[in-house]
Amino acid sequence: MSGKPRLTYFNGRGRMEPVRWLLAAAGVEFEEKFLESRQQYEKLIKNGDLMFQQVPLVEIDGMKMVQTKAILNYIAGNYNLYGKDLKERALIDMYVEGITDLMQMILMFPFSPPEAKEKNLESIKERATNRYFPVFEKVLKQHGQDFLVGNKFSWADVQLIEAILAVEEKIPAVLSAFPQLQAFKVRMSNMPTIKKFLQPGSPRKPPPDEHYVETVMNILKI
Amino acid sequence: MSGKPKLHYFNGRGRMETIRWLLAAAGVEFEECFLETKDDLTKLQKDGSLLFKQVPMVEIDGMKMVQTRAISNYIAAKYNLYGKDLKERALIDMYVEGIIDLNELLMGHTFQPADKKEQHFATIVDKATNRYFPVFEKILKDHGQDFLVGNRFSRADVQLLETLLMAEECKPDILAKFPVLQSFKARISNVPTIKKFLQPGSQRKPPLQEKDVQKVMKIFH
Repeated sequence: MSGKPRLTYFNGRGRMEPVRWLLAAAGVEFEEKFLESRQQYEKLIKNGDLMFQQVPLVEIDGMKMVQTKAILNYIAGNYNLYGKDLKERALIDMYVEGITDLMQMILMFPFSPPEAKEKNLESIKERATNRYFPVFEKVLKQHGQDFLVGNKFSWADVQLIEAILAVEEKIPAVLSAFPQLQAFKVRMSNMPTIKKFLQPGSPRKPPPDEHYVETVMNILKI
Repeated sequence: MSGKPKLHYFNGRGRMETIRWLLAAAGVEFEECFLETKDDLTKLQKDGSLLFKQVPMVEIDGMKMVQTRAISNYIAAKYNLYGKDLKERALIDMYVEGIIDLNELLMGHTFQPADKKEQHFATIVDKATNRYFPVFEKILKDHGQDFLVGNRFSRADVQLLETLLMAEECKPDILAKFPVLQSFKARISNVPTIKKFLQPGSQRKPPLQEKDVQKVMKIFH
């Protein structure tokens, strides 16, 4: 046993990607086990490894953690990415939850039927540019600091850079009206641990393709 | 200004109910401002009170907090309902997140179109009795303690009780095969702050009736 956290999920982004980002940002090396078949998944369930019969699963510090938010909260808390007190945590939580709502739209996008895809893409663009990005543009402009909360690198910054890059993959010019976010993107991309994660060969997963969607649907029987 | 937290939502359970439960469990008095029309929501959106233009919104300790999880996390931590260390928090979070998933299913039932209701009901019963309840039945049975985590009252207990009661509203005998959960339900219902919240006249909201669904939809859509 290596002592490194071990992630069990499909070989793709999905609900595990924010966990990969956060561990990487914290400079924590981790191992991955990829689910490729329904059989493998059923075996995990039978072994009692999945508290609610679902992945993500992260084995960390002697725990078999499930539920993405629980996992992320633990990593953020453990690696000092969760602010210095309750009020900073409250801000980080608010920002992360808002970004998660946007990321949820991106997560579900590949699974929507072909006829709904154009409309869904429009919704992502609308929400990003009218509801979410303006908030963070304003936060950064108002305090003029490098990071979203408490003048210190936190989970909120990691979640935001992940979201910006994910939306840009679908809507390349999405940051055109957001100069602060453009600068933020450059700044975060240059942080050593994040820079490393953005390089080829890192555990970062590519955008979901048809093969990924098929695999997930087969394994989860949806 | 009263200093009490002030909750902004429509006059019903929805996503604010868990927050009402937590505040009540912590013995914290709170005020409520109900959205009755779309104009009420628009006004809040226009005056910059809603970070992402959505409710729930809770004014607490000088902050205008939004996002249910952020609000719940803050209240739980402030009032010592979040375990004693990171590992207890991890357990509480895992349990709470599972409970939230079941809660979402339960909450969604009233909004199902007529032709999908029966199947949705079957899904609720299946998930509750095969996926979620067995987990908590086992946890309580295995450690034999009164509370889910760390032998101490926490938000996990509050949120589990809330969901057990909601599930029973859906199907009254849904706990038939879960004797430990039945004891848990009785025990936690008797915690003084919770007992008070369960009495008529408290700020606990009733289940949403079919006739009110339209009104709620009009505020948000």
